[in-house]
Amino acid sequence: MKEYQTITEISGPLVFAEVDEPIGYDEIVEIETPNGETKRGQILESSEGLVAIQVFEGTTGIDKNASVRFVGETLKMPVTEDLLGRVLDGSGQPIDGGPEIVPEERHDIVGAAINPVSREYPEEFIQTGVSVIDGMNTLVRGQKLPIFSGSGLPHNELALQIARQATVPEEAAEGDEGGSEFAVIFGAMGITAEEANEFMEDFERTGALERSVVFMNLADDPAVERTVTPRMALTTAEYLAFEKDYHVLVILTDMTNYCEALREIGAAREEVPGRRGYPGYMYTDLAQLYERAGRIEGREGSVTQIPILTMPGDDDTHPIPDLTGYITEGQIYVDRGLNSQGIQPPINPLPSLSRLMDDGIGEGLTREDHADVSDQMYAAYAEGEDLRDLVNIVGREALSERDNKYLDFADRFETEFVDQGFDTNRSIEETLDIGWELLSMFPKAELNRVDEEFIERYYVESEAEAEEEAVEAQA
Amino acid sequence: MSQATQETVREDGVIQSVSGPVVTARDLDARMNDVVYVGDEGLMGEVIEIEGDLTTIQVYEETSGVGPGEPVENTGEPLTVDLGPGLLDTIYDGVQRPLDVLESKMNSAFLDRGVDAPGIEMDKKWEFVPEVEVGDAVEPGDVVGVVEETVTIDHKVMVPPNFEGGEVASVEEGAFTVTETVVELDNGEEITMHQEWPVREARPSADKKTPRTPLVSGQRILDGLFPIAKGGTAAIPGPFGSGKTVTQHQLAKYADADIIVYVGCGERGNEMTEVIEDFPELEDPTTGNPLMARTSLIANTSNMPVAARESCIYTGITIAEFYRDMGYDVALMADSTSRWAEAMREISSRLEEMPGEEGYPAYLAARLSEFYERAGYYVNINGTEGSVSAIGAVSPPGGDFSEPVTQNTLRIVKTFWALDADLAERRHFPAINWNESYSLYKDQLDPWFIENVADDWAEERQWAVDVLDEEDELQEIVQLVGKDALPEDQQLTLDVARYLREAYLQQNAFHDVDTYCPPEKTYLILTAIHTYHDEAFRALDAGVPVEEVTAIDAAPRINRIGVQENYEEYVAELKEEITEQLRELY
Repeated sequence: MKEYQTITEISGPLVFAEVDEPIGYDEIVEIETPNGETKRGQILESSEGLVAIQVFEGTTGIDKNASVRFVGETLKMPVTEDLLGRVLDGSGQPIDGGPEIVPEERHDIVGAAINPVSREYPEEFIQTGVSVIDGMNTLVRGQKLPIFSGSGLPHNELALQIARQATVPEEAAEGDEGGSEFAVIFGAMGITAEEANEFMEDFERTGALERSVVFMNLADDPAVERTVTPRMALTTAEYLAFEKDYHVLVILTDMTNYCEALREIGAAREEVPGRRGYPGYMYTDLAQLYERAGRIEGREGSVTQIPILTMPGDDDTHPIPDLTGYITEGQIYVDRGLNSQGIQPPINPLPSLSRLMDDGIGEGLTREDHADVSDQMYAAYAEGEDLRDLVNIVGREALSERDNKYLDFADRFETEFVDQGFDTNRSIEETLDIGWELLSMFPKAELNRVDEEFIERYYVESEAEAEEEAVEAQA
Repeated sequence: MSQATQETVREDGVIQSVSGPVVTARDLDARMNDVVYVGDEGLMGEVIEIEGDLTTIQVYEETSGVGPGEPVENTGEPLTVDLGPGLLDTIYDGVQRPLDVLESKMNSAFLDRGVDAPGIEMDKKWEFVPEVEVGDAVEPGDVVGVVEETVTIDHKVMVPPNFEGGEVASVEEGAFTVTETVVELDNGEEITMHQEWPVREARPSADKKTPRTPLVSGQRILDGLFPIAKGGTAAIPGPFGSGKTVTQHQLAKYADADIIVYVGCGERGNEMTEVIEDFPELEDPTTGNPLMARTSLIANTSNMPVAARESCIYTGITIAEFYRDMGYDVALMADSTSRWAEAMREISSRLEEMPGEEGYPAYLAARLSEFYERAGYYVNINGTEGSVSAIGAVSPPGGDFSEPVTQNTLRIVKTFWALDADLAERRHFPAINWNESYSLYKDQLDPWFIENVADDWAEERQWAVDVLDEEDELQEIVQLVGKDALPEDQQLTLDVARYLREAYLQQNAFHDVDTYCPPEKTYLILTAIHTYHDEAFRALDAGVPVEEVTAIDAAPRINRIGVQENYEEYVAELKEEITEQLRELY
């Protein structure tokens, strides 16, 4: 391997060096600083005689005399089943003091796109035990469903709750754990040491660590490394899912930090910026991460993604949540208002959405009435929410009896359906039954989105009415 | 994608620099838009800039590991598509490589690079039935024979538009591959079932006419309020989660076009998989055959190379034009044109071009109008009539319609279906905002609806629009003072408008029956609500309090018409019952 001492320019995370041999685009570079430290980087642009290198660990300490070595291959992730239970840093080096990782295979971290023909459409219901998600924004295997949150909101607790509780009911019932085990890959980008500790403690407390692989890029780690962390995590996930038949849940937090890193690199390269200074290719870049979720025909495993992002200023038109929403299959909104009311988890179902829900629920999958119940609750809660604005102006007395029912529904919906606590695990039947209990506040004719047959079967007659009917019958 | 043919291969060059999908080559003798093979692996690319000795190439595949000094080979041909039998019931990537062939060639579920495949099967035999005899004179575009391409579609074999034409010297009949000559002309021109056409060039036509037949979609709000014509253009802009893709899928499933070309441009992989899995099992509402038999899919998902995203729209419209030339009505769905525009932006910024609005290249408006102008109701060069309808989804950042892609699209298209996040949030689907949307085809399509559906089609529609407009105004007051503070007649109007919204405008795409609503049913639902309106106001005038009028138990059944299979009977009975119940009140 040839060594060069030909650095001509150092600017932010970028290093420019002269070369006298052709270097491939995207290949890995090792830079040794005069005090013996080795840093890794990647070729961003390669032309005859000159290369631009993006250094992962930051350019501090590099000077013009630093020596540059070209490894001759693109960035690879050493993968093996033994990674389960391990904690790695943001670029894949173990930091848990455990033994060195002996890779079974080494995979390119820039994953190739899954051929749409080879994909299998995701339609296996994952029970998260969280009513608002299971009942109204159902998650399925192979889906990518981000959590849109804001600073100071309990998105981490929610992610942990999902990681802890997620099961596929039929398999649990059959006890069929042999072929397809469950694994969690946790990719942390730029989170604080404190947050990292919270996650680690929860993993250890619940014993989840032994079926997890943790990648940690902390807030004080170099920003550029963050662009590599999710790719490492997803490469590991794909390996475990498609070669070792695991059902992998990938939690990536915080995507906002990832995008900030992209912007930093873009600025250092003096690129033409897109909206709010983020690079124009951010959609493509994010898609290359998110699209790595899915199922493949003929393979047992699956990759399900729950990326977490904090919306700057709770603004979902900000480029990060906006582009994410266009790529992912829905989103879960963590709501500041609900949080301050003490509702746990504070998920607002109205803007939330799961695009793959319709195919993952219903008879044989969850329950026949699932879709109708969900639709009706959406409509009723939306109407109740609207009326709340009105109540502030005219007061409750000025509203009709029907309107008052909707207001009561909205209140009970929040306190009984949504607010279940971070430690309660509800089955889908429980969730739907609570739904029926709430919907039964309305007269049957008001339930226009529910099939008549299901109303007959599930409608909960209130005691007063039942008595009335009984009296009528006797008369 | 078309293979390089025998044309003279021009001088090859070497790579000078690589930056993502943009590669510059030295000493390459090429024309603009020539297709080249880049590097040792032969990645496909297209020439997009020539400056002195340097040629800039956009590469349709990942360029990781490619470095300076590697060769660049020129095919000497622009980006073309293979046209011929076999286009239907197939799924392509953005440069017309069949994805199932790639899967078996790469032997992997992941897309590798440097693998090429022709757009149609070159060695499959098709049963050719000639329609000309020796001695007949044929001109470019004329049909010389037919091939049964799928159960639904007879593929017409035409004289390529760039031929001279002449007298038929010999004709074959029987099973042939697409490359074998089936008709020979006296001037030596040999006609095969295979044609090639450069994607960035519109196929020639004789004339463009005003479209006068609707593209019936089976979606109430579209057919009823905002119809699109066969040969028309439409845009569906909306923020994420508002139902662009579901609307496009519904159109692809139920629109009464002969051929559907569905372009998934930079969208989700799972969505394309849904189409691939669903369409072969769904029935075409007009013929009862599998939907795939009339469909050609182009899937360039968001994680596939960005340059191929730029080309996939052109690949799609060229295939659409080819079937138009045979005299078919083709509908092209592009989901989403914003991703296409972003691909242009990404490549433009790598070329360091001077950006226009929001970083998009200055030629954005020109490219968009070029694309939509290829749609239309045409008289083909062989005298038949055919149409290409183009329906483009737009994904405006933050749902803000003032951004350049939406605005430039709206300047061209004549139908605007505005999706609304508020409606989607309350699960009002399709979430098309009836106050903002419009269709400029309404007047020219009314005669068709009057002749084929009902004499008072236009009046009924206008009645619905008026009620909805009135509701919109009343809602503003309701927001301030509450519904009960309104006079009784206005309260009743709100009740009628609610039925319009729930029974007419809303439609459940996931319900077996409701998912497709023929225009007759669309019309009948409207008349049922109208009956309720008239009778209810009569009761109100007779002094019945509004609470009693709206409380009749027949009225909520209006909401169930959508899911009825025998809707004619149901509506007739319902109208009677509504009338009866209301008249009983006074």
